[in-house]
Amino acid sequence: MFDIDVWREIFQSVNKNRTRSLLSGFTVAFAILLFVLLFGIAKGLENTFAEAFADDATNSIFIRTGETSTAYKGLQAGRKIQLKNEDQDYIVDEYGNKVEYITSRIYKSVNASFQNEQNNYQLRAVNPDHQYLERTKVIHGRYINEADIQNETKVVVIGRLVDEDLFLKTTPIGKYINLNGIQYKVVGVFEDDGGDNEERMIYMPLSTAQRIYGNNDYVDQINLSYNPELDFDSALDFSLDLEENLKKKFLISPVDQRAIRVRNLATEAQQVNQMTTGLGIIIIVIGFGTLIAGIVGISNIMIFIVKERTKEIGVRKALGAAPKSIVSLILLEAILITTIAGYIGLLVGMGVLELIGPSLETYFIKDPAVSTNLVISATITLIIAGGIAGYIPAKNASRIKPIVALRDD
Amino acid sequence: MLEISKLHKSYPIGDSSLHVLKGIDLSVKSGEMVAIMGSSGSGKSTLLNIIGMLDEADEGDYILDNVPIKNLTEKKAAIYRNKFLGFIFQSFNLINYKNAVENVALPLYYQGLKRSERIEKAMFHLGKVGLADWAKHLPNELSGGQKQRVAIARALAANPKLLLADEPTGALDTKTSHEIMEFLQQLNDEGKTILIVTHEEDIADMCKRIVRLKDGVIMEDKFVTQVRASQYV
Repeated sequence: MFDIDVWREIFQSVNKNRTRSLLSGFTVAFAILLFVLLFGIAKGLENTFAEAFADDATNSIFIRTGETSTAYKGLQAGRKIQLKNEDQDYIVDEYGNKVEYITSRIYKSVNASFQNEQNNYQLRAVNPDHQYLERTKVIHGRYINEADIQNETKVVVIGRLVDEDLFLKTTPIGKYINLNGIQYKVVGVFEDDGGDNEERMIYMPLSTAQRIYGNNDYVDQINLSYNPELDFDSALDFSLDLEENLKKKFLISPVDQRAIRVRNLATEAQQVNQMTTGLGIIIIVIGFGTLIAGIVGISNIMIFIVKERTKEIGVRKALGAAPKSIVSLILLEAILITTIAGYIGLLVGMGVLELIGPSLETYFIKDPAVSTNLVISATITLIIAGGIAGYIPAKNASRIKPIVALRDD
Repeated sequence: MLEISKLHKSYPIGDSSLHVLKGIDLSVKSGEMVAIMGSSGSGKSTLLNIIGMLDEADEGDYILDNVPIKNLTEKKAAIYRNKFLGFIFQSFNLINYKNAVENVALPLYYQGLKRSERIEKAMFHLGKVGLADWAKHLPNELSGGQKQRVAIARALAANPKLLLADEPTGALDTKTSHEIMEFLQQLNDEGKTILIVTHEEDIADMCKRIVRLKDGVIMEDKFVTQVRASQYV
């Protein structure tokens, strides 16, 4: 039931007791503000992690080599381990169904030029599967294919930023780009979510690079992804087994950490997941702690307000106020203040996130924001809490005996 | 108008209890102006609180305007207080964030009157106590006498059958006290029944009847010749 007179009484009480109203409102607004900021920042951290893994497939395994650190089976320490094409074939033969995609990589630094423009770029010579492992998005033309590998064709796929740097007035597809003095035909342009460095990259068929740079079958690195149907433990077993077998194959001591390194992103993804979950729990605990502090704050203020208004309530009762009207007077005032203050806290919180959001990116917090649903439910929780917090003191107020209230102290 | 018989009231104090009213019989007719006197602890305020339905007796009967006042729910008591009684307090008890006219209109609000009607009636009563020009002033902008007049206007607003005044001049100087008493006498002349609790002899002498309480019983109940307050003003 909406009664204009009740609201007029409440507005008058709020308006004429500004300090009191502002103080209690401040508590609520601050609680909601903190709540919004905390959850916003948590969301920002989550976004950062999500983005960090956008670059590569999360089921990736990287195999790199170095020099042996211990002598083993009569071989000296300091022996250089070199991966070759046959090692990729070995992995495919050995683990066929566990491997989803596999590619080898050769790294080179090249000076690229087209007409009058030139610049230095990283070159990666790869197999066609590399596209899926690196999550490369081809936006024009095509990626490197099997035929390129077979025929050792002199083609390249260039990053979006290479295109921007060199091909100022024309589209690159079908043009010839000069890499360290050799002409290659550009067959594709790609994008990558991994950032600018990934988009300043040039891809070339592995076989072509092997023919031109050294005429051998050496590779720098092997990347693969495991079958996504493998669960976390089997995936770990797979990479451990792979490492063990490769060590045997290259006659490396099982305890040698340097000669062959197999890095499984699943481990890292799991660690990050655990961290995000832990962080989420902490934030939720703190967030709800803040809310509870806000609720306790309102309760305290309501108790104080009732105490302060004891005399007024006594007078009102002496003049004929029924207990119900006292309860609604106190309660609606609490709810009104909570609602308005909660809304202000919400707006300020979102405003602050909007304002400081961009500058927080340095601290691994990206696009901090709170979902409207979360915020609305937090505010509703607080309003209900305000109601409950206000109800008990209000009920007590309605029980105040006028004689007690009116006693002259 | 008011019939009280064999009224008892005790208050628990720790383990024992304090017997404050020990069988009070009192009958007040319409149009009377009664002073209830007694030293502190005599039970005069307790009696007034019971009459004012702010407190309930343990034993005995209380009939106000042919309505037995017993076992009232809070709600019922609120309605009766609003309908039958007007309160005047020693410390005025105005609501400090409401201006004079809003204070006077408050009992009318609890009667469920419309706002325009409330303001109109409140202004009328404020005019009667001579404070129409001060309607928009807050209590802290008024003098003690003015505050008490606003309180009287508020007590009158709901047109009660009985005015209850608890030491109405207790917080006022002699001159202002006499002004207030003169005004209460005028109201009584117009037919209003008034009960005044006081411990001041000169105030009691301005009533028509004096009831003296001591240790919870009525010691003396006599009709007196009213001293008109107007001669002092």
